[in-house]
Parts: sequence; structure tokens; C-alpha cells
Amino acid sequence: MSDLLLSATDLSVRFGGVLAVNKVSFEVRRGEVFTLIGPNGAGKTTVFNLISRIYQPTAGSITWHGDGSALNLIDQPPHAIAALGIARTFQNIELFEHATVLHNLLIGRHTHSGTGFWRELFFTPATRRSEIAAREKAEQVIELLDLQHHRDAMVAGLPYGVRKVVELARALCTEPKLLLLDEPSSGLNVEETNDMAFWIADIQQELGISVLMVEHDMTLVSKVSDRVLAMNQGEVLALGTPREVQNDARVIEAYLGTVDDVSSLRRVA
Amino acid sequence: MRFIFKTSYAQDITLARHGGHVFWYGLLGVLLVVAPWVVPEYWLAQLTFVLIYAIVGLGLMLLAGFTGQFSIGHAAFLGAGAYTQGVLANMGVPFPVALLAAAGLSAAVGVVVALPALRVKGIYLGIATLSFGFIVEEVFARWESVTGGNAGLHVKAPHLFGVDLGSSEAFYFVCLVVAVLSTLGILNLLRSTTGRAFVAIRDSEISAQSMGIHLARYKTLSFAISAALAGLGGALYAHKLSFISPDQFNIIQSIDLLLLVVIGGLGSVHGAFLGAIFLISMPQLISLSKGFLPDVIGQAPGLQGLVYGLVLIAFVMFEPLGLYGRWLKIRTYLQLFPFYRKGLFKRQKSFTKSDRLR
Repeated sequence: MSDLLLSATDLSVRFGGVLAVNKVSFEVRRGEVFTLIGPNGAGKTTVFNLISRIYQPTAGSITWHGDGSALNLIDQPPHAIAALGIARTFQNIELFEHATVLHNLLIGRHTHSGTGFWRELFFTPATRRSEIAAREKAEQVIELLDLQHHRDAMVAGLPYGVRKVVELARALCTEPKLLLLDEPSSGLNVEETNDMAFWIADIQQELGISVLMVEHDMTLVSKVSDRVLAMNQGEVLALGTPREVQNDARVIEAYLGTVDDVSSLRRVA
Repeated sequence: MRFIFKTSYAQDITLARHGGHVFWYGLLGVLLVVAPWVVPEYWLAQLTFVLIYAIVGLGLMLLAGFTGQFSIGHAAFLGAGAYTQGVLANMGVPFPVALLAAAGLSAAVGVVVALPALRVKGIYLGIATLSFGFIVEEVFARWESVTGGNAGLHVKAPHLFGVDLGSSEAFYFVCLVVAVLSTLGILNLLRSTTGRAFVAIRDSEISAQSMGIHLARYKTLSFAISAALAGLGGALYAHKLSFISPDQFNIIQSIDLLLLVVIGGLGSVHGAFLGAIFLISMPQLISLSKGFLPDVIGQAPGLQGLVYGLVLIAFVMFEPLGLYGRWLKIRTYLQLFPFYRKGLFKRQKSFTKSDRLR
């Protein structure tokens, strides 16, 4: 089995006149934390939405190597992605608001725990066993992410920081091979961000799950990432270790602008 | 306040959570079983109607309250079940077979309605189901060779193995059994994967999809179950009235059903029953109160519509969770007395919702 997990080749997507992603190619290897960085509007979340099949790419391909053979992800319907072993979180938190935390995690077990309509209508012993198994698995994730305290709380009443963790927990409940994290630290305080860094490292090292993430907090990025891909305006700027990318001239230019830009603004006395 | 100390997963799955549940639902069951011997004939008939509407309400509750898909044409499914039952019963088909056929045909119609419903949502789904309701009502009126058209259709009394189920006591028990079985079925679905998938679709389609839930399949399933229950209710309705005509399945009936689930409390199984009790008892209360009102108001036409409208507005404004939500608050108040805090049920507004899936 190769160490390749997911590869995107010349990925492009156009929304009307906007080329949101332009010929982006990258590979995610087994067991690594791969981070996408870039200024707002760089196309990072669009790449996520392409992988989770919410958007259809205009050109290019995404190949999934998770099951040993190469599978064209573009041929798969959006609801089949989770069953392949790709789970995701959302930038703006998309939890099931009017359900408890445990319920949310159990929905994460959807691809593993269904016993079919008729069996569930009569709640046969098979359904009962499957329900108990789903709860056992959810409980392991609750244990890992310290959510015991919130288990039976409604999501609608939870603070933002906890919701972020619940979303991560729900994604873990699908038992993914690749976890897509869309800005895991946005809206979190320093302490919560440190917890998040700790958990991402745990997920990678203890559970052996590869992580593809979008993140702005460079401290978190350098702490957990193996490789970083910098994007700007839909194009790839640089690819390498966190240190290499941070020192790349084009990346610095994208974030800070160049000296010329500033000088042109200077008022002449 | 009751705190349940859970020591096994089975405890988390079981329907009766604690001794209180067993006692109160047991008592309710006993009362419902002895009702025909203690309740006067007229009230027994009203109780039968409550059960019939509760079955239909359960269906709409699953669709609107748990899957988040509103149907403003639910009377069409009720009618499909009623006419199927009427036609089959008059042909001499055994009662249970006709009942299953009514549910099955309604479910099939539900699947047909679900096809456009997969493409539209919110207000547009409302419009689509509304017009579907009108189409079906028109079919009942025009397809005279089967439905008898606007002249209506007389439905023979139900028979099972030579036993006449037409007496009001016997038929009450039939409705009770169907209602209990439907409720158990819905509760079973709601505590397993299928029910959770419905709730997931209601709360966030986009993340339901990324959790591996097949949106089209589960929405269709929800429509089918909902329509099947409406069909079951319709079949019982046809026998109870023993005469059906197209105008019983018009827009007013659909709105009544919507009223039932909203006032009962969207997203609760209890709500279907509470809503049914409301829907059946309200006309009685209004006609009782007419005696006490001055003639100008009491005898004015449209009093019922006015009261219904006011009640609905009041519920939407002050108690969006319906009668069941109100009951939860009263129960908490009693359990915590005297420590109930006013803001206990205040929901935090959340501004973090992103766009729904287009």
C-alpha cells in the first residue's frame, strides 16, 4: 500500500466570473497533518467543499487512495464520502442544534449503525445491539475529548468553544481515515487553542488519522503540521514544512504586500 | 427534580425511562381501555376522533416536526387512505387488508409527492404540497366511477372474521390499537438510526450529508411514513363517519392538521396527541361558550375560524414549542418548587448558522 491517501490534480472551480480555485495540485500522505493556509478568499474552504463533494470541480480530479486502490472521488455522490472514510468539520459550526451532544455523536455513527427501516420500526434485537455498539463508540470519543460533562446537554445551549469540540467529536465518530478540519481554532481562546493542538496531535499519533486542515493561527499550524500548502487567490504559492512556507518570499508578499506597495501610498511632502 | 443515574446503555435506549413513566402511562392505558364502560357514548365518539387525528398528527409530526419538511396538503393523504378504505370495504375486502392497502397506497402517493419535494424547500415546498392538495381534492371530485364524485361515498361498516366492528365501542378499540402501534413504531424509529437521520436533516442538511446521510432517500422515506400514517388515519376516519366526500379533504382540513402539530408542539410525539385533543375539543368549547356570549358575537359566522387564528398566533408568539413545551415548563416548575427561575427556558439565540444547502 502506498503512503498516498488523497491526491488532487489540477483542481479548478469557477463560479461565474470568479476562478475560486485555479489548477491546484497537492497530495495528502497517510498519517500526516497537512495544512492549507492563505489570506481570506484564497480558496481554502472551496477546496474542502470540493473534497466533500458539495461543489463540482470545473476541471481536474481528486483521487482517494484510502481503500488501497485509486478511486475517483468526483464520481461519488456527496453522501458516500463519509462511508469512504472522510469526515469534516465546518468553519461556522454545523451541528444539529436541537439535539443533545450524545445524539449528535450518534448521528456521526450513521454509516456504521443502520439496521434498515423495518428492523428499526420493530426495534429488533439486532437494532438494539447496534444501538448499544454505537453508544460504546461514542463514549470512547467523549472520553478522548473530555465531553462527559456535556453529554446530555442540548447543543443549542452550549458555548462556542464546546460546540467546536463537539463538532470534532462528531467527525471522529464516523471513524475516518482522513479528517478535514476547517479552521479548528477560530473563535477559541488561547487555552482552548492549546487543547485543540493537543487533540490534533493525539488524533494523528494515537488514532493514526490523517488530518487536512485550514487554519489561520500560525502558532497552531507550526505546532501540529507536517506540511503546509500556502494559497492565494485560488493558486498555490508554496508547499513545504511550516518553516519553509513561512519564510517563502511569495507567501510573505501575499500576507504583507511588498515594499513598493507601501511606498506608493506615502504622501509626498 | 429527578436525576437518572444511568448504569447501562440499555437504560439509555429503553422507552420507559423511570418508574414514573411506567406508572403514568400504565394508568393512561388502563383508563383508555375501560373508557367505553365509563364514558358516555358521545364522548367516546370524540375520543375515537382524537385517536384518529393523533394517528394522522403523528405522521405530520414526523414530517414537519422531526424532518423539517412542511406539508400544507396533508389532507390529500388522509383522503387517499379514506377513499381506498371506502372502495375496498364496499367491495368486501377484509378490514385489516383494506387498512394496509390504504396505508400502502397513501405511502406510494407520498413517494410521488416527495420527488418534487427533494428539489424545493421552505416556502416553495409549502406551495408545492398546497397545490398537490388541490389536485387530489379535484381528483376525488371528478373520478366519479370510483369515488362517487361530489355526491360522496357511503362506507360499509368494518367486519373482521364475521365480527361486526361497526359498533362505537368495538371501533374505538380498533382505533386505540392502531394508535398505540403507530406510536410505538414512531418511537422505535426515533430512537434508532432512521429517526436520527430525520432530525439531522431538519437541523442541518449540509452536515447531515457529510455524515453520510442520503438526503433524498431519507426525505422520501419521511414523506412515505407520514403519508402512510395519514392514510391509516383516513381509513379509520372513513369508517367512523361512514360517509366521505371530497370537501372533507380540502385545504381547511390540511390547515387543521398543520394547526394540530404546531399547537401540540413541533418535534414531540406527545404533541401529536395534545394537538389532536385540542383540535377535537376546541369546537366543543366554542359552542359551549356561545351560550354565555352576547348574540352579536356568539351567533356571528366565522367565530371558530377567528378563535383558531387567535390561538395559533398566540402560540407562535408566546409558546413556539406548543402545548407539550408548556407542559414541560409546568412540570419543571412543580419539580423545582419553589426554586424555579424565570429565565430557565430562555434559549440562547445563535448567529452561527451558515447557508443551507442549495
